[in-house]
Amino acid sequence: MKPIRRTGGRPGSPRDEWAATPMTLRARLVVTRPRFRLDVDLTVVPGQVVALLGPNGAGKTTALRALAGLTALDDGHITLDGRPLHTLAAEHRPIGMVFQDYLLFPHLSALDNVAFGPRCHGAQKAEARRTAAAWLRRVGLAEHASAKPRQLSGGQAQRVALARALAAAPRLLLLDEPLAALDAHTRLEIRSRLRRHLADFDGATVLVTHDPLDAMVLADLLVVIENGSVVQRGTPAEVARRPRTDYVARLVGLNLYRGAATGPHVTVGELRLSIAEPLDGPAFVAFAPSAVALYRTRPDGTPRNLWQATIEGMERHGDNVRVHLEGPIAASADVTPAAVADLDLTPGQRIWASVKATETHAYPA
Amino acid sequence: MTPPTAETGRDGAKSRSGRTGGVVGRPPWVLVLPAVAGAAFLVLPLAGLLVRAPWSTMAVRLAEPQVLQALRLSLVTATLATFICLLLGVPLAWLLARAVFPGRRLLRALITVPLVLPPVVGGVALLLVLGRRGLVGQWLDAAFGVTLPFTTAGVVVAEAFVAMPFLVISVEGALRAADTRLEEAAATLGASRWTVFRRVTLPLVAPGIMAGAVLCWARALGEFGATITFAGNFPGQTQTMPLAVYLALETDPEAAIVLSLVLLTVSVVILASLRDKWTSTS
Repeated sequence: MKPIRRTGGRPGSPRDEWAATPMTLRARLVVTRPRFRLDVDLTVVPGQVVALLGPNGAGKTTALRALAGLTALDDGHITLDGRPLHTLAAEHRPIGMVFQDYLLFPHLSALDNVAFGPRCHGAQKAEARRTAAAWLRRVGLAEHASAKPRQLSGGQAQRVALARALAAAPRLLLLDEPLAALDAHTRLEIRSRLRRHLADFDGATVLVTHDPLDAMVLADLLVVIENGSVVQRGTPAEVARRPRTDYVARLVGLNLYRGAATGPHVTVGELRLSIAEPLDGPAFVAFAPSAVALYRTRPDGTPRNLWQATIEGMERHGDNVRVHLEGPIAASADVTPAAVADLDLTPGQRIWASVKATETHAYPA
Repeated sequence: MTPPTAETGRDGAKSRSGRTGGVVGRPPWVLVLPAVAGAAFLVLPLAGLLVRAPWSTMAVRLAEPQVLQALRLSLVTATLATFICLLLGVPLAWLLARAVFPGRRLLRALITVPLVLPPVVGGVALLLVLGRRGLVGQWLDAAFGVTLPFTTAGVVVAEAFVAMPFLVISVEGALRAADTRLEEAAATLGASRWTVFRRVTLPLVAPGIMAGAVLCWARALGEFGATITFAGNFPGQTQTMPLAVYLALETDPEAAIVLSLVLLTVSVVILASLRDKWTSTS
């Protein structure tokens, strides 16, 4: 689908000097607060969607607000194709932003909300409304054009907010937790819609989320932020396979350990784990909870990676039961409810746990 | 249209009072007695006006040119004063609510002074500044040949001086309650600060502005002290309704009652017609 562009424009408005061509975003964002410092660098090529992923309070939203010009940078820079953006006020940056709770103007209809951006760029009222109507059609809300925001459902409001941001013909699209305010069912539908719209958008997109699934589905590249710093970046597949912090490991549902590798072994604390791919030096070892097997008594045939653990707790996890183990290493194991009954697992119980070397994944730290 | 929050609030109140046996809505006698006395204290004088009104000669008295003259002058000056207050007061309220500058708290305190100042003192102060020999007044006289005291314009100035704090405080409250993130959203869409104010902030606080304007207008309509001090009491020129009422009380008490009734009617009609539309939404 071809993006809709405004045709009119007030000459001389700094925002209109930005050509409607795809641009690469390069930024180093430094924001200093008492007891918090955000220092993040980012590069987003045209058409790429980068997700800032991190726990609450990590600084994701601050980073996004700094890109939008709503929070001042204390240091660093923001450039679009080499031209500085950080020296411009928010209203002069060629951006579009979708806020977590959408922030649709309550006194304007859906159509006028979407027409707001084009109007600000000097389009005549009728023309701005035509542009807005086209965008509402694209997000499938043509028949809700005259509805006020409070008459819209959460999913509809989210789509109006996206249309409003895109109708301003931004070169940089910023999305702050775009799906967080939706219920589970709507979320699924809106997520796939959003994915299509983001694919159509030819500018750079930065998305903030704390939901790993949103990030994996929507983004080409993940940037994981903890305590104001980037702790890991990579494609969703890379991050999911090779987590580098406990937070990321928890997000992607893996057991993660840091140790010292010597050829086919990694020593984690007192435990020596055999690994499939030989390695040397500081290393991470990751394996899925479903790869952990539990035994009441020491198993015969002795698989290599075997240790004795204490069951700390158990909880329902999808169709399985997740067993939390204490011992030389803290680990989670996923077993079937039938296995829980067969093994008569109870919290506090001593048990043997093992994981095959081929089920582990080791990589340099 | 009434927003749904006001609707549900009203319904909620109705269902609460309709319920029996609840603790809420069963006030103790210690509260009921003074409450009834208070209500009577406020309503009885108004009823007295109605009881003592010379109903038989009402039509004739209302048609008297002095009455119509004073009424017209009151309506015109109060409306003009309200416009001046809107023009100056809304930006002032915005500054107090949004801008950060040294001395903002002091400024807010100073602005509320006319609210508690005896209006006569306000009138004296206006004379000292805007009078023919006043600090600004002599300059106005010399440069433009404009003199404010004892003119209709002076009435407007006196009313605006006394009424503006009502508007400023009301609008500032509305601005503080409005979600500033909507203004941020407008900025990300390319709206200049003026466009943000015009197309987002103003519509958001419109109910507050309207409520403030009604208060302001009512205060200006009833203005007496500052007006008589600064603008005098010339029929047709500076004699507004409250002044006419006071003067009539000395010579013709029945005329005073008639004039009072007219003022009361105008006030009640304006308040009632605006109440549902604007003031109840805040």
